Amino acid sequence: MDLYAENILDHFQNPRNHGRLDKPTITVDDANPLCGDKLVLDLTVENSHIKEIGFDGSGCAISQAAMSILTEEILHKSLTDAESFSKDELYKLLGVAISPARVKCALLGYTLLKKAIILLKHQAQ
Amino acid sequence: MFDPHLVKKDFPILSRVIENKPLVYLDSASTSQKPQSVIDAITNYYANSNANIHRGVYTIAQEADAAYEATRESVKTFINAKSTEEIIFTRNTTEGINLVAYTWAEQNIHEGDIIIVSALEHHSNLIPWQQVAIKKNARLEVIPLSRNPETPYLLDMEWLKKYLTENKSVKLIAITHASNVTGTINPIKEIASLAHSLGSAKILIDGAQSAAHLPIDVQDFDCDFFAFSSHKMLGPTGVGILYGKKNLLEEMPPFLFGGDMIREVHQRDATWNDLPWKFEAGTQNIADVIAFKEAITYLTNLGMENVRQHDQKLIGYARAKLENIKNLKLHIPKNDTDMTGVISFAISGIHPHDIAEIFNSENVCIRGGNHCAKPLMESISVPATARISFSVYNTEEDIDIAIEAIMKAKKIFNIS
Ligand SMILES: Cc1ncc(COP(=O)(O)O)c(C=O)c1O
Repeated sequence: MDLYAENILDHFQNPRNHGRLDKPTITVDDANPLCGDKLVLDLTVENSHIKEIGFDGSGCAISQAAMSILTEEILHKSLTDAESFSKDELYKLLGVAISPARVKCALLGYTLLKKAIILLKHQAQ
Repeated sequence: MFDPHLVKKDFPILSRVIENKPLVYLDSASTSQKPQSVIDAITNYYANSNANIHRGVYTIAQEADAAYEATRESVKTFINAKSTEEIIFTRNTTEGINLVAYTWAEQNIHEGDIIIVSALEHHSNLIPWQQVAIKKNARLEVIPLSRNPETPYLLDMEWLKKYLTENKSVKLIAITHASNVTGTINPIKEIASLAHSLGSAKILIDGAQSAAHLPIDVQDFDCDFFAFSSHKMLGPTGVGILYGKKNLLEEMPPFLFGGDMIREVHQRDATWNDLPWKFEAGTQNIADVIAFKEAITYLTNLGMENVRQHDQKLIGYARAKLENIKNLKLHIPKNDTDMTGVISFAISGIHPHDIAEIFNSENVCIRGGNHCAKPLMESISVPATARISFSVYNTEEDIDIAIEAIMKAKKIFNIS
């Protein structure tokens, strides 16, 4: 049962950066309609860096743990670095084999982050 | 009664072993497995009688034609329709319901009319009616779940009775016979009688979950339409059945236009074929319709009363075990007799998707999700459920293996 490795369960049961921010620069949310995974992500941005990050959500261990792991990774990063952060890097951090049926779960938070960055760029223009 | 261990032997897929673990299939509400006789019938048609129907004069075309119509005769007997004119082949339940929405409802639902569905509907029996209501400026009402703690997961029949005395412009009640989430069997005979007491209201039954579990008698139910799917009752995918009362079908316009559904064709207009062919445009799914007869024969040989008894036995067995598991909540009615073999459950701290994944590591097939019943999930205040569902080939040993998988999931997630 590789999928439920200690790392994943730890992040699922003790999510990092969990909880909404008071004054986010941007808020994005999304849901996975098939299984009901839900995530909302808040970011505050200062000098083009991610200063604070917070999320809330419900759903399967993969979707929630992947979000938690991702927030740890990108906090304090520049938007440019966050933008270039790739799926493969995320998979590496997850460290478990994600079957095709679970890709949507694993990437829900990742797509949220990308959505936030696109919106931030639009705002800046 | 029959021995499900012997039944299992007739389903080749159930002897599959993956990574040294036998396949345990507990997702028949999604689609059932197929016995060898059904599989053979498909091969036999293609190997020996492959020809288009309703047109050839040659021998194999006549064979194909006869076999196709023989299935219609079997369906008629299986659901006790008055005539084969009332049996229309579609692709699935969804298409049958859409057929009624696009034809009958198009003619009969007007602005201000009311369509009633229930809180237990699969999206298949909800979205088409939402669309009719939007298009026609009609109202969609929903029979809620009972709030009485003694009757959880059953519909609030008092609400319906009251609503029908106060709202005379109800034109259609579209309701599922059995829920694909909670297993709840709705009192469709009583609901049909309530609908008909209004005068012009009709009732459509979604029989997707009931046809494989309960004896079906459309005349006894007195329903106007009854839609179901072959693939959930041991038959092939790609075949659905819509039963409709003859007088209604006669007055309905065709659903799809083209070959086979016409009588006379001129350059600028045409007239329609007789029932049921008026509703079967184009080349049909001949092979699978023919093979579907074998599924009906299989169920009929077991006896639908026996099928029901077997289902009840498994529900009772599973309930007794599941009720004793800490932190597990069942989303099913209190009485076995109020349900078919569909058991939804939740374990606090483990998402249904993860439960299904851990089941899969034991080669046990179950579903985790909203089961195409999102509004129902909201009614019962859960994002999703894990669901075990039974068919004639399931045994008590299958349930034991499922229970072990639950224990494994709880252990992995450290749930007491
Ligand atoms: C209650 C109910 N209605 C309708 C359907 C739709 O059946 P089909 O996908 O065969 O059209 C299903 C299938 O899951 C169902 O369970």
